[in-house]
Amino acid sequence: MVERKVEVINKLGLHVRPAAMLVQKASKFKSEIRLQKDDLEVNAKSILSVMALAAQMGSFVIIKAEGEDEALAVEELAKLFEEKFGEE
Amino acid sequence: MPLRSIKRNKNKEVCTIYRGIPASPGVAIGKAFLLNREAVEVKEKKIDENEIQKEILKFKKALDETKRELFKIKEKVAKRIDPDHAKIFEGQILILEDDLINDRVIERIKQTRNNAEFVYKKVVEQTIQTLSSSTDEYLKERILDINAVSSRLVYNLLGIKHLTLESIDSPVILIARTLSPADVVHMKKESILGFATDVGGETSHVALLAKSMQIPAVVGMKDLFDQIQTDQSIILDGTKGEVVICPDEKTLEEFEKRRTYILKKTVELSELKLLTAETQDKRKIELSANIELPQDADSALEYGAEGIGLFRTEYLYLAQSDLPTEEEQYRAYEEVASKVFPKSVILRTFDLGGDKFGQNLGSLYEANPFLGWRAIRACLDLPELFKIQLRAMLKTSAKKNIKIMFPMISEVEELKKAKALLEEVKDELKHKKIPFDENIEVGIMVEIPSAALAGDSLAKEANFFSIGTNDLIQYTLAVDRGNERIAHLYQGFHPAVLRLIKETIDVGHRNGIWVGLCGEMAGDPLATVLLVGMGVDELSTSAMAIPEIKKIIRSITFEEAQRLADQILSLSTINDIKKFLIDDYAKRFGKG
Repeated sequence: MVERKVEVINKLGLHVRPAAMLVQKASKFKSEIRLQKDDLEVNAKSILSVMALAAQMGSFVIIKAEGEDEALAVEELAKLFEEKFGEE
Repeated sequence: MPLRSIKRNKNKEVCTIYRGIPASPGVAIGKAFLLNREAVEVKEKKIDENEIQKEILKFKKALDETKRELFKIKEKVAKRIDPDHAKIFEGQILILEDDLINDRVIERIKQTRNNAEFVYKKVVEQTIQTLSSSTDEYLKERILDINAVSSRLVYNLLGIKHLTLESIDSPVILIARTLSPADVVHMKKESILGFATDVGGETSHVALLAKSMQIPAVVGMKDLFDQIQTDQSIILDGTKGEVVICPDEKTLEEFEKRRTYILKKTVELSELKLLTAETQDKRKIELSANIELPQDADSALEYGAEGIGLFRTEYLYLAQSDLPTEEEQYRAYEEVASKVFPKSVILRTFDLGGDKFGQNLGSLYEANPFLGWRAIRACLDLPELFKIQLRAMLKTSAKKNIKIMFPMISEVEELKKAKALLEEVKDELKHKKIPFDENIEVGIMVEIPSAALAGDSLAKEANFFSIGTNDLIQYTLAVDRGNERIAHLYQGFHPAVLRLIKETIDVGHRNGIWVGLCGEMAGDPLATVLLVGMGVDELSTSAMAIPEIKKIIRSITFEEAQRLADQILSLSTINDIKKFLIDDYAKRFGKG
């Protein structure tokens, strides 16, 4: 399993559009991918679950992936966070 | 359009304003149309064991159909509105496809043998409940997206055609309890003039889409839907976030007229604000504001002042009826200086009667206080108190946007003494290494005829003159304008007053300093062309008069103003001068 802690740095946090991008990206990988914020851990391939994290700007999320493409999955998902999900 | 003949009581003639959250700017005026979408009733039904697979299939087909619809809307948005906004519907498609709901629905259909729409609705409600517990505001708004998706799916499960807003084709203002992003996408701009919803916030997708489609909108109206009826005349202001309901079209028209008038004035003001006070042949006049308290600086800027031409610092005293401390003064001057920076502020030292400078001085009876121990005269006799004010002023000058002005100067020795005290304070600050503007400009009020007539010696000691017309008129004409029996003799357009003004301007210019004019004449539209023509460099007036004076300055040439001034100065009576100015004003600007 690969894990990485990332910070939510886009202004609006994980609202529908960033969540949609994240879920679309996560769904491309075979690995099981989960996101953890505080005590809550959810399936990264479900938009409702991702939204339920209510991850606002400044919060920290741990990306966890397990499976054949786990390293790449974490890499690419972390990149989305770093690039602020394409927000201005 | 016929007015409905309803008996109205007087109170109802007034328009009522309802406030919500501004979602998309712009104003719409027209008839309200209430979108009465009854919530679809979903009944609980039991299905036979052998129909379970059929029910699940029905659910999956409805999912497909809904997905196709959302996909179509997404494409439409990407093509016609903005590819970025299309992501809203990508999000909705993902919500629709989310197994968090769908797996549970299929599971439950099997378990409970309930109909698909009933099960689905229950599962969505539960999901929303977990999301609602979040304190996160935006997440609560996102629930609107989930509702939009689920109601679309329920419609499809029940085989009800989803009513789109495309079918509305007479121009209306749409009022709804709630709208989905897809609803907004389907609006035709020519038929939906604007819309208001009871739910929603400014970051909701509905608001976002309305903005990019440029449809005025207000959201979060709470219970407007229950307060309003179809066909009522309303104004929707998406900029302010208001809906105004009027009893009939006549009151609506009146309300609208007033609103447009205010709007026009505001626009005029804000357009004028950015323009300089410059004649058509490019002579620039510095147009500044007179203020009395620090907070006045805000409206001065609002009305387009290019600086503060006169800060009547004695109001700090009058506001608290005690001499303000150095710290209090410093804070007041600093507040104004930083508010208007990089524009400049002219601080006039206290223009108070001598008795105000300290209680221990007692109240001195003076038969003629206007001709008495006051302003600079008192200050020079009480140097330690005066130096407190000068110190507070200098300390604020480090950013170099402060000028100091002395009132009631009648001859050059007074100015020299005041400047000597200022130098003492400067040395003291230098010694203490407190920063200030070493080249601070020092000017005087020219408000006593002797100063105007002996301006040569004063101009050599001052960096600028500011003509105080209020006192100049009363000292020149020996009229106390507070005395009703002789108030009519107080005439700014007296030839003697005008000649003193002209002399002051000329003497200043001969000595290479600038000459301004504060006092009420600076804000009198009738005097503007004349003053510009006489060569004044700066006019300082009440903030509210600035736009009007600026308009006049921008409409004339310096050359014609000079001609007018020459003509006026050759006239010998107040009546001739006034008549000339009134006629000239009427010719230029129509009846004032």
